[in-house]
Amino acid sequence: MSEKHIDEVSGVKTTGHEWDGIRELDNPMPRWWIWTFYATIVWSLGYVIAYPAWPLLTSSTQGILGYSSRAEVRNDLKAADDSMGAYRLAIKDKSVADILADDQLRSVAVAAGGAAFKVNCVQCHGSGAAGSQGFPNLNDDDWLWGGKPDEIQHTIAHGIRFTKDDQTRDSLMPAFAEVLDGEQISQVSAFVASLSGPVRDTSMIEPGKTVFAENCVACHGDNAKGNRELGAPDLTDAIWLYGGSEQAIVAQVRAPRIGVMPAWNARLGETAIKELATFVHALGGGEK
Amino acid sequence: MRHASSIISLGLFSFLAILAAAFAHDQAFANHMWVLTIVLVISVIVLLRRENFQPAAPVDPSAYMDGPIRYGVIATIFWAVVGLLVGVVVALQLTYPVLNIEPWFNFGRMRPLHTSGVIFAFCGNALICTSFYVVQRTSRARLFGGDLAWFVFWGYQLFIVMAATGYLLGITESREYAEPEWYVDLWLTVVWVAYLIVFLGTIVKRREPHIYVANWFYLAFIVTIAMLHIVNNLSMPVSFLGSKSYSAFSGVQDALTQWWYGHNAVGFFLTAGFLGMMYYFVPKQANRPVYSYRLSIIHFWALIFLYIWAGPHHLHFTALPDWAQTLGMVFSIMLWMPSWGGMINGLMTLSGAWDKLRTDPIIRMMVAAIAFYGMSTFEGPMMSIKTVNSLSHYTDWTIGHVHSGALGWNGLIAFAALYYMVPKLWARERLYSLRMVSWHFWLATLGIVVYAAVMWVSGIQQGLMWREHDEQGFLVYSFVESVAALHPYYLIRALGGVLYLAGALVMAWNLTMTILGYQRDEAPIGGTFPSLQPAE
Repeated sequence: MSEKHIDEVSGVKTTGHEWDGIRELDNPMPRWWIWTFYATIVWSLGYVIAYPAWPLLTSSTQGILGYSSRAEVRNDLKAADDSMGAYRLAIKDKSVADILADDQLRSVAVAAGGAAFKVNCVQCHGSGAAGSQGFPNLNDDDWLWGGKPDEIQHTIAHGIRFTKDDQTRDSLMPAFAEVLDGEQISQVSAFVASLSGPVRDTSMIEPGKTVFAENCVACHGDNAKGNRELGAPDLTDAIWLYGGSEQAIVAQVRAPRIGVMPAWNARLGETAIKELATFVHALGGGEK
Repeated sequence: MRHASSIISLGLFSFLAILAAAFAHDQAFANHMWVLTIVLVISVIVLLRRENFQPAAPVDPSAYMDGPIRYGVIATIFWAVVGLLVGVVVALQLTYPVLNIEPWFNFGRMRPLHTSGVIFAFCGNALICTSFYVVQRTSRARLFGGDLAWFVFWGYQLFIVMAATGYLLGITESREYAEPEWYVDLWLTVVWVAYLIVFLGTIVKRREPHIYVANWFYLAFIVTIAMLHIVNNLSMPVSFLGSKSYSAFSGVQDALTQWWYGHNAVGFFLTAGFLGMMYYFVPKQANRPVYSYRLSIIHFWALIFLYIWAGPHHLHFTALPDWAQTLGMVFSIMLWMPSWGGMINGLMTLSGAWDKLRTDPIIRMMVAAIAFYGMSTFEGPMMSIKTVNSLSHYTDWTIGHVHSGALGWNGLIAFAALYYMVPKLWARERLYSLRMVSWHFWLATLGIVVYAAVMWVSGIQQGLMWREHDEQGFLVYSFVESVAALHPYYLIRALGGVLYLAGALVMAWNLTMTILGYQRDEAPIGGTFPSLQPAE
């Protein structure tokens, strides 16, 4: 098997072995291949001298550059903090209303609040803060718990119906399926729908108004304009959290769905919450 | 009674599976054991129906054992189509979330079905059947161990079925590319050891003085996968009749063990094993000698020595200590040339046969496979550099990188090997259609190019959006905005997958017709040029 053999096409000697008709040429390794291989090894040796590389018993070699990825993150965060430090301190000391009044601080707080919003709030309120069914739109001027700077700040800090925070916003609408009969519920729903649009059967509006007066005004008010102390929504403005069709209103009267929002004070801290409140206030619907 | 022992043992195991289902610790395990029972009972019935009482024809010990290889070829084709189809489905699930059908067919369960389907079912079967084919012919010896090769084939299919049904039932270890739970892992270990015995036994009884290079690569693949599989899956079951187990490692040690495994699954399953495939089928199809024996020795040893250390580059900028990150990165850089040694040897083997590119679509497929191999083994070391990795990590760039390797290198070289083997294994004069191979080549290549290009764009855009800050230093995009921005790319990616799947379907048709003995009446590729005449 190992007689000398020359490949006819290339004129190169083979190794003399043959497996199932396959031979191997005795070509040298390409020079560029070898040299590039050596170059990567040399570069690697340099790198492991420069950077932390070799494990020791309880630590490792530190490398002559003294690099550490944890220190790098620490420095980056500190640099970011330092560059905004003066503004951050000012924001911490002032009320949201004062921040809004100061052009410089407002622009920083809106940018910082917008960044915090992208990380913490878009999951429910959407990237454009427009909300969706069950999650309020923050761009409009319809507020469940109030749109003044300190009211927004309180809502973000303590959440809504968040049982772990004793200052949380709290209220509960009873399930009227246990109080009213089916006809009364249809009537009151027709009345509520009629406050902001046309209804199918106008004859239901009058009896519905009576049902409303007997059952609903305590929270939603005589004129159905809602009550922010209780987070009771305004029913006249055609802005609906769970849909505005008569059917949807019937469902909401029978067995109300309610929203829950976590308290953010423990997680984000006071400064970030003020920034968020400034951002939300500045979205367009903030009140004086 | 040729199948007597198989029937008795399968019947016994069916009974044990029923007992395991009856006394299961959790519902998922009970369901999984019922699946196992059904599979085993069907096997018993099939064997009983095929039983005959004639004395078996004596085996010619000098003839090659091609039965398990023929079955392996069919399994490879089948799992290729299944794995790629599931890939298209998960691509569409990412594009249109409504396609997630809870709970069995949501993305979380379908994704490991796709990855295991293509890596272990398709590529695994391709590796087992080609290694059996190659080791016999380059050793001039029949497979060692008699019917053990059949056990390896069927045992491996059982592993695939148990892994796949487990994923859909929600049974998972949550270790990437090692999702099957402890009892399926144990079964794979048994099968893999049998595989090692068959392969090594055949090499030991070879009738050639030297071991051919393809067999070094196959052997490195089998041995290393055994080691990786066992160490990474060390775990303690909650109950010996339950589907849940906990890893022997925790925290960053667990992550590092997992990526030591994960990276070398790529290195030894998808690189070393497939280089073995390349080293046999490329010289055979081109009818040319291997370019350089010395290169094959050096790049083999360099590759297997360096690959095993490169895993930590999957954990850059994590809790993994800096020193381990550094070593993972430098070993990845040093791995570049050893990987390219295989590319050089593959491509240069074609010198003197380049004209065949025009007329032989199988050669074309091999060249494209080696080119994609070269590209992804350059891209990999580049992505392991920490500066690049800080942009590319966790983005679709990684997905694109994996797929240019998997679709380009593993897929095309395995398809080329199938096209080479099928006419020989079934003693057909030629393939049903060479023109359909050409169609397959173009569909697949176009699919990969679309897939990889669109994932580069989406991955880099994703990485840039995540790190984008305004002049005050605040984040510009929310995560969900980066998700929304990727929608068009995901749709185009699914289209790339559809093209590649279409190519595989063309192959499945072509090879089925070849096996059935048909030959398509068609004009030869390259036209009917007069043969070249020597210059006067």
